[in-house]
Amino acid sequence: MQYLLMIYGNEERMLSATKEATSQMIAAYTAYTEAIKKAGIYVGSNRLQPARTATTVRAPNGKSSVLDGPYAETKEQLGGYYLIDVPDLDAALSWAARCPGAAHGAIEVRPIWATKSGEYQQIASAQGST
Amino acid sequence: MAARRAESAAATSTQRSAAVAMDAQRAIERAARDSYSRLVAFLAARSRDVAGAEDALGDAFRAALETWPRTGVPDKPEAWLLVAARRRLIDAARRRRSAEEGSIDLQLIADAVEAAVASDAPIPDDRLRLMFACAHPAIDPAVRAPLMLQTILGFDAGTIASAFLVAPATMGQRLVRAKNKIKQAGIPFRVPDRAELPERLDAVLEAIYAVFAEGWSDPAATDVRRRNLAEEGIWLGRLVVSLLPSEPEALGLVALMLHAEARRGARRDGDGNYVPLAKQDPASWDARLIEEAETLLLRAGRMNVTGRYQLEAATQSAHAVRRLTGCTDWAAIVQIYDALLALTASPVVAINRAVALAETHGPADGLAALAALGDDARLADYQPYWAARAGLLARTGDIGAAEEAYQQAIGLEPDPAVRRYLQQRCKDLRVSGAASTNSEIP
Repeated sequence: MQYLLMIYGNEERMLSATKEATSQMIAAYTAYTEAIKKAGIYVGSNRLQPARTATTVRAPNGKSSVLDGPYAETKEQLGGYYLIDVPDLDAALSWAARCPGAAHGAIEVRPIWATKSGEYQQIASAQGST
Repeated sequence: MAARRAESAAATSTQRSAAVAMDAQRAIERAARDSYSRLVAFLAARSRDVAGAEDALGDAFRAALETWPRTGVPDKPEAWLLVAARRRLIDAARRRRSAEEGSIDLQLIADAVEAAVASDAPIPDDRLRLMFACAHPAIDPAVRAPLMLQTILGFDAGTIASAFLVAPATMGQRLVRAKNKIKQAGIPFRVPDRAELPERLDAVLEAIYAVFAEGWSDPAATDVRRRNLAEEGIWLGRLVVSLLPSEPEALGLVALMLHAEARRGARRDGDGNYVPLAKQDPASWDARLIEEAETLLLRAGRMNVTGRYQLEAATQSAHAVRRLTGCTDWAAIVQIYDALLALTASPVVAINRAVALAETHGPADGLAALAALGDDARLADYQPYWAARAGLLARTGDIGAAEEAYQQAIGLEPDPAVRRYLQQRCKDLRVSGAASTNSEIP
């Protein structure tokens, strides 16, 4: 099964960290990414720009509105993700616990919506086919 | 006179044979349940689809009820049921063909059923794996016990709802949500490895204890469903012990439940009045259950890993010695509560410890121990705290303060029999002054 590990953390603290702490963090993430790849479960990962760079769009009734800022203003923001392919939730949870972000914030573990053919597709089309 | 005696004897014998028939009925139900839970676990562990496994087996049992009276019971009833259930599972999957079905590998299940049916060995017992899935940390703690009642014991949502005092629709929704979570989040059906086992097993034991406690908390035994829950809790505990025979805490939990169960009837007198533990006649305790509890606790003790359930069972055991020696071993009880308090830091344990301390060191020391808990806000509406305080204050002769504490306890107590008892104790304060009192905790 594929799981998305979403890394939530306090951006302000992260951005105001000392240079030494930041490079230590980056080294920890590099090692973590390597470990995931060596385990053969890596599907993808990315770090996101801070939430202040976010723009949120809604288009009710075909009328789109664009707002500055993230979907929800919270102290802990989504800062990055890993997409991994492991046998079950326990395996996903144990990888989430090893993520450097778990020590400072929280990792939300979400299963990817699987389809009949075993492929992973967009939520919209999965919802449309039931 | 003689005629009436004969009549009443006949009535008792009719009652007795009705009871025998009931026992037989229950034995059959138990056997059916044993098969049911094994088969649900077998299918669910392979498909992760608990609801699907339940539906398929429900259909299979219905088919058996229709077929077996005509054809006779097959040589291997479980294999017959499994084959019928497999057919239903595949039919249902074909009918639904929804986008989510991809995670269930039907061929894999079909092969597993094939192999199990072809083999002469009994169907593999995956119930422990099912229990660990039901009590997985990713499952809402409040729904773990109901989930076990449904998947392992086959209770319907309505029965579970009434036992847990929840609206049936709400309980139904919670159960559906939990089963969906197991399937969609990929919660594994596995016995955790050594490193994880203690914590995970604790969640399983906690859920089983919750099942038992729901049943035990109906002392008047007016509600048959809830009384049965206590027995079901013990049954689940025994199941865990049979599958994990060298886990001392599992043994401890069963010992604890058996000790409590042994005193079930003794909590009320013939008129339905509440009888506190200290006033119970040991002859009214079930000696057979107590002896079994003691044996299990000894077995657990030899494994040299202590824990919450063993310690709680040990306090019960120290109370139970009164049946042999005529007095309760309060010194031992204080010691055990000390250990429990260090382990759990629970205010409930602290109250029990204070009451025991009053027995060994006098009521003033007990009150001082209670006073140390004074700032725990959780105790403000916790009846046993106020009842314990009232009892100890009465013994120190502080009638006014005792009255106040009794009023608080009476106001918080939901059980009418216990309420009546507390009211009587409060009234006695003025009559006899500081009466000799013992533990007030029901």
